[in-house]
Amino acid sequence: MKQFGGPVLYLDRADINTDEIIPAKYLTEITKEDLKPYILEDLKLPGFDPKGEKTRSARVIVSRANFGCGSSREHAPWVFEVNGITAVIAESFARIFRQNMFNCGMAAIELPKEKIDLLFSFDNCPDTAIGIDVEKQTLTISGGGRKEIITFDVSPFDKALVLAGGWVDYADQKY
Amino acid sequence: MGKTTAEKIFASHLVDEPFSGTKVLRLDVVMCHEITTPIAIADLMARGKDRVFDPTKIKAVIDHVTPSKDSKTATQAKMLRDWARRHAIQDFFDVGHNGVCHALFPEKGYIRPGYTVIMGDSHTCTHGAFGAFAAGVGTTDLEVGILKGVCAFREPKSIRINLNGTLPKGVYAKDVILYVIGQLGVNGATDRVMEFRGPVVDAMTMESRMTLCNMAIEAGGTSGICMPDMVTVEYLWPFIENEYPSKEAALAEFSIWRSDDDAVYERVLDFDVSALEPIVTFGYKPDQVKPISEIAGSPVDQVYLGSCTNGRLEDLRIAARILKGKKIAPSVRGILSPATPKIYKDAMAEGLIDIFMEAGFCVTNPTCGACLGMSNGVLAEGEVCASTTNRNFMGRMGKGGMVHLMSPATSAATAIEGAIADPRKYL
Repeated sequence: MKQFGGPVLYLDRADINTDEIIPAKYLTEITKEDLKPYILEDLKLPGFDPKGEKTRSARVIVSRANFGCGSSREHAPWVFEVNGITAVIAESFARIFRQNMFNCGMAAIELPKEKIDLLFSFDNCPDTAIGIDVEKQTLTISGGGRKEIITFDVSPFDKALVLAGGWVDYADQKY
Repeated sequence: MGKTTAEKIFASHLVDEPFSGTKVLRLDVVMCHEITTPIAIADLMARGKDRVFDPTKIKAVIDHVTPSKDSKTATQAKMLRDWARRHAIQDFFDVGHNGVCHALFPEKGYIRPGYTVIMGDSHTCTHGAFGAFAAGVGTTDLEVGILKGVCAFREPKSIRINLNGTLPKGVYAKDVILYVIGQLGVNGATDRVMEFRGPVVDAMTMESRMTLCNMAIEAGGTSGICMPDMVTVEYLWPFIENEYPSKEAALAEFSIWRSDDDAVYERVLDFDVSALEPIVTFGYKPDQVKPISEIAGSPVDQVYLGSCTNGRLEDLRIAARILKGKKIAPSVRGILSPATPKIYKDAMAEGLIDIFMEAGFCVTNPTCGACLGMSNGVLAEGEVCASTTNRNFMGRMGKGGMVHLMSPATSAATAIEGAIADPRKYL
């Protein structure tokens, strides 16, 4: 099972699409590792630098509604994975992106708006980190001397995919 | 209690329900292209499982960048080509025979009412026009589909979208779907099936129904779905005439997939399209739409006509009718990409290609190319494109470029004027 947790990259906008996460011109790469430099290259947000330290050190992304909309490209979860980001927490996800995350054994965690707002309230603390326990369905956010523990829902199937390490292994054993 | 089309398809294809709320379905068609499939092939090979569940149910095409533009795209094409040969996949389409997947595969008669269809491509929802459940998936779902012929879904509830009234002159399926997305929002149908109903859909050709269903994903929808009817039968008849004694017999069998009258929907939306204007997007999301009267006059650098949304013969005919005998503005680059070789040939036979070329359009081979900024019409920083495609995301057709989505008719009028223009004055 993958490890989930660490420093947080906040992306404060709804409807972040997979073209912004990894532009189509890089879909000609054949290995996941080759995608690494292009993470979030076309995302334009105030104060956000795709090449910046916050992006480099991030292990978890926190964002708003409808994260990962648009193209079905699994290159979006992959570009996160090769950059060490294995979990995205958002108010909601586009279906294909969400399934792609779990299919890769990664976590796409949905929280109601007020919980997402709570996570965003840690945005300006330099030491903010989130720890995620998918099995217990809890996450812990700490930073600036504060700490909060939040429970979340995950479907039993998606949880099984995370524990199995992804859908290919799971399906191959079962079907 | 009655069932929706999606519920009927889920019930008839159910293989397993490993957990409450998750349904594993048997797949009738698994479609593959050269961008999302090679990594699945490489992973299967690395796992020592380079197999396919049924080569007759796999359809493959090189369409996103074709003919290959560089070594990387040539390698992707070669991986798909070698794999198709290795597994004796007969329905594989290479240079000379290839076209945009969601136009090519329906044209070959591969999609039937009641089918389950997946592809590693978000616009797979297009095929719901045939009364099928058709969903875009990622590479891992595709990989399992190739290997095992199954895919897992949360069973989607259906939103019934009744399109009432009659389409006014100059207003088409593209305008309708842009309007509907504008009403629903880009996540208004997430995890839902969008079932298109009503007299407007009944009167539509299969091409128009495909345009409707194609953009279901832009509202977050898992699949678009239209009810199979005699229009569906007529379209499929060349492929099924040996399977049924008559069209009526085919219709009777297809009709079992129609939603029951007492089916239950999560939402029912009614739209009267009788007063609809041509619709154009203005921002970087497909739900940011305006009627033509509020955006006409905005200048563009390029007009692109093609794609799985609007690169079919019907679309070319509509645009050609407006362009006939006219020249496009000197400030505009016009690019036409007929979506399949058959569309290209038919357009040529009808004299449509002449009309486009006389007007000043460049006619490219069938390919997805420019729609996602990969080839054949990529925008420069700051440029604006009037496009019949499906996504206006920032940088979609080229870094720093902007896209206005619109119908083929509006794109033709826009090409003539060099700025977003109302097609109705040319009709």
